[in-house]
Amino acid sequence: MVAPANQPLLQVSNLRIEFPTRRGTLVAVDDISFHIDPGEVLGVVGESGAGKSLTGAAIIGLLEPPGRIAGGQILFDGQRIDNLPYESMRRIRGKQIGAVFQDPLTSLNPLYSIGRQLIETITTHLPLSDSEARKRAIDLLAEVGIPSAERRIDQYPHQFSGGMRQRVVIALALCANPRLIVADEPTTALDVSIQAQIIALLKKLCREHGTAVMLVTHDMGVIAETADRVAVMYAGRIAEIGPARQVIKHALHPYTEGLMGSIPTVGADAERLVQIEGAMPRLTEIPAGCAYNPRCPKVFDRCRIERPEPVAVGPTGVACWLYAKEGPRG
Amino acid sequence: MAETEILSSPGARLVDVVRRFFEGDVFYSFRRSPVVIVAFAVTVIFFLGAFLAPWLAPHNTFDAATLNLLDAFKPPAWKADGDRSFPIGTDDQGRDVLSTIMYGMRVSLLVGFCSVALALAIGVTLGLLSGYIGGALDALIMRVADVQLSFPAILVALLIDGLARSFLPRSMHEELAIYVLVLAIGASNWVQFARTMRGSVMVEKGREYVQAARVIGIHPAMIMVRHVLPNVTGPVLVIATLALAVAILTEATLSFLGVGVPPTQPSLGTLIRIGNNFLFSGEWWMTIFPGAALVLLVLAVNLLGDWLRDALNPKLR
Amino acid sequence: MLAFIVRRLLQSIAVLLAVGFIAFSMFQFAGDPVNNMVGQDANAETRALLRERLGLDQPFPIQFVRFIGNMLQGEFGVSYRLGMKVEQILVQRVPATLELVLIAALLALSVGVPLGVYTGLHRHGALSRVMLTVSLIGISLPTFLIGILLILVFAVWLGWLPSFGRGKVVALGWWTTGLTSWDGFRALILPAVTLSLFQMTLILRLVRSEMLEVLRTDYIKFARARGLTSRSINFGHALKNTMVPVITITGLQIGALIAFAIITETVFQWPGMGLLFLQAIQFVDIPVMSTYLVLVSLMFVIINLTVDLLYYAVDPRLRIERSAVGAH
Repeated sequence: MVAPANQPLLQVSNLRIEFPTRRGTLVAVDDISFHIDPGEVLGVVGESGAGKSLTGAAIIGLLEPPGRIAGGQILFDGQRIDNLPYESMRRIRGKQIGAVFQDPLTSLNPLYSIGRQLIETITTHLPLSDSEARKRAIDLLAEVGIPSAERRIDQYPHQFSGGMRQRVVIALALCANPRLIVADEPTTALDVSIQAQIIALLKKLCREHGTAVMLVTHDMGVIAETADRVAVMYAGRIAEIGPARQVIKHALHPYTEGLMGSIPTVGADAERLVQIEGAMPRLTEIPAGCAYNPRCPKVFDRCRIERPEPVAVGPTGVACWLYAKEGPRG
Repeated sequence: MAETEILSSPGARLVDVVRRFFEGDVFYSFRRSPVVIVAFAVTVIFFLGAFLAPWLAPHNTFDAATLNLLDAFKPPAWKADGDRSFPIGTDDQGRDVLSTIMYGMRVSLLVGFCSVALALAIGVTLGLLSGYIGGALDALIMRVADVQLSFPAILVALLIDGLARSFLPRSMHEELAIYVLVLAIGASNWVQFARTMRGSVMVEKGREYVQAARVIGIHPAMIMVRHVLPNVTGPVLVIATLALAVAILTEATLSFLGVGVPPTQPSLGTLIRIGNNFLFSGEWWMTIFPGAALVLLVLAVNLLGDWLRDALNPKLR
Repeated sequence: MLAFIVRRLLQSIAVLLAVGFIAFSMFQFAGDPVNNMVGQDANAETRALLRERLGLDQPFPIQFVRFIGNMLQGEFGVSYRLGMKVEQILVQRVPATLELVLIAALLALSVGVPLGVYTGLHRHGALSRVMLTVSLIGISLPTFLIGILLILVFAVWLGWLPSFGRGKVVALGWWTTGLTSWDGFRALILPAVTLSLFQMTLILRLVRSEMLEVLRTDYIKFARARGLTSRSINFGHALKNTMVPVITITGLQIGALIAFAIITETVFQWPGMGLLFLQAIQFVDIPVMSTYLVLVSLMFVIINLTVDLLYYAVDPRLRIERSAVGAH
């Protein structure tokens, strides 16, 4: 099972997620491909509805019906996981791939002590006795920065503050030392003052454990601070993907440029923040050609007709006709 | 959206509502479900049969002159000694069972509709007051609702009936029996309406337009009613439909127990009560047919209510 | 916790006093109790004497206090219809009803809860759909009709089970039970099934919708994301959270069973409190009516208090005082 060093930990190829509705099939994620290397943090950004959370859900195998994977495949450690039976996938979830959800207030079962929830997760995946699992749980709580873990392990979720609960959620995700964590907006529901702490914690733990992270967020600041690489999603497609520094400093896709312009910077002299005109189209009304064309300041005829495929520009992949090296096909 | 609703003419609004209904999810899910269509058809047929009983029923069961005791206990027409003119048999007084069912359903539906209307009126008013005024009044109303909810409707209804019997002289009670019944059933079913209403009012109360209304000199209560009512139409309709089923059952139960409608105006429950006396002697049709009519009616209404709840609540799909 | 219980107890007492007041006012406004006791032809002097002896010449509040005092001592007056002390009648009737309600409740819960859980977990399964449709028929069937149909089939046509009465009962002190003899048990089957069917379907539907609600929550999704077994998610996490509302429902249902026992007892001529109450209503037998009312209210209050205590056992959010690190 040991993968060759050059093999990515996660390889998503041509993933397509559909929702059948009575007015036709909605394509929520349309033919996207990316990979995550071991120990790497991939940030996935985009507006709500861009399909980033659905991609995360598809990877952990918890896409909610009627949503379904309609095409493509997901390889984890060289093994195909998008078509595994529920029970096989369950063994991977929590053990190989952990998850952190958005809202720590609702992620924990209110009726069980956090210790019980930790121990249950540990003994499900690791061959430990209850007392060994309890010891590991206390260590984990201490590691995620919960003071006097030994005492607090027997308390219930409602006795923890929001930030503390998210630390517990992270401890739960780390229970069995997974190789990948899918973190879906892990700080959105928290106070601004807590957000930085949680992001720093997540970053530190993953570096120490060598865990890769798929960090789904709409906050470019979080990405800038944490991610090794960034994927920018728009209307179910990847607009641009590449090294974080590269994408932030030298955005190629006009949409990414717009996103970067909307980040407030302390001390910057700009009169006002740049704002992207219009809104992301609804899934029922995605235009032909490039999905971004109605809002794009650099739009030209080809954008309205033909859909751009990602092309490599240096270390970055970008789906935009501005960077096309060849003429139109067909 | 609020402004356009207030500004556009009632006629245009009606057309708009009708158009949206036929294009909307509710009608779509109606068309898709054969069970619901059947339930709707059954309900319509029963309603028509009941309300048009004086014109449609084969016999007038209230006209003593047409009754013949020799016709008593005739089995349904397909039995050996059945009579063609009494398709599902006759009762102990020679009345046509089919006709008594049609007239009986009239009484059942009348009591059902009236008591639901009463419950709705009480519930909506108390819910509005409770949500809007809040404070001690809200606490009191909700406490009473809690207590009443822990007392089953049938018991509350029996109690009110019992109280009416002890307070009113016997002859007056006979006369007022139907009103007492409507009061008893209506008063035992208001809680759900009140809770829904209160919840909706509480949500709207904090909205800015309510504050804004005060600024332009409209009483906040007025504008709230305008906004709250459209929001609760759906849930209230669902509760009313399910409450109608419960009300019909409660009326039938009370009449079966002999504390419901007076014997001069038999409802389905009364018919079953009478039939029950002859169950052991083999005249099963006097019980089974009114019973089947009652169950079909209530089942159809329940199916409609159930479907309506799912259709109006997209979360469940 | 203690403060909560004390508050609940005070509320319960308020409810009981309110019910007591209704019961009391029935005596006040429903004709002259003296007439009921001595008849029309007694002379004025006898009436006045009786009035004084009954305390009816006292002011209203004092009469009410005395009424409550009597109730507390277990003196409920004399039945107009039966001419017996109400407490003596009740001692005979209460065991019959409680036994019926208890068996029906066990039946309704032991069938309704598992089926509700099943249909909640397999919401799109064929069996679930069938059960759901059947349950809708169940809540559309009035209790009295179920009773009549069961009598028609099992007593009239098949002749397997008795159609009325308690059969042979065995006395255990003042309590009588039909459970220890085959004859008494047979007599209990049809009424218990009749009484439980409606509640059973109601419980099934309520448990199902609660289960669906819980399965949609984030913590269940997160439990899945942690790779917990389906067994642990469904029966550990989901079921326990479903139990909180189900406990309330069960409390309400047992109350409902006591009320619906009136109907079942009438159909099966079961000699319990319900039948007694119904006859009391028909004959305007006020002492029996008011006693039944107070007694049933007392039972409801006890049930509700038990429900509140069970909440404490299940839900840690109520059990533990908020710690220094405040939630929210």
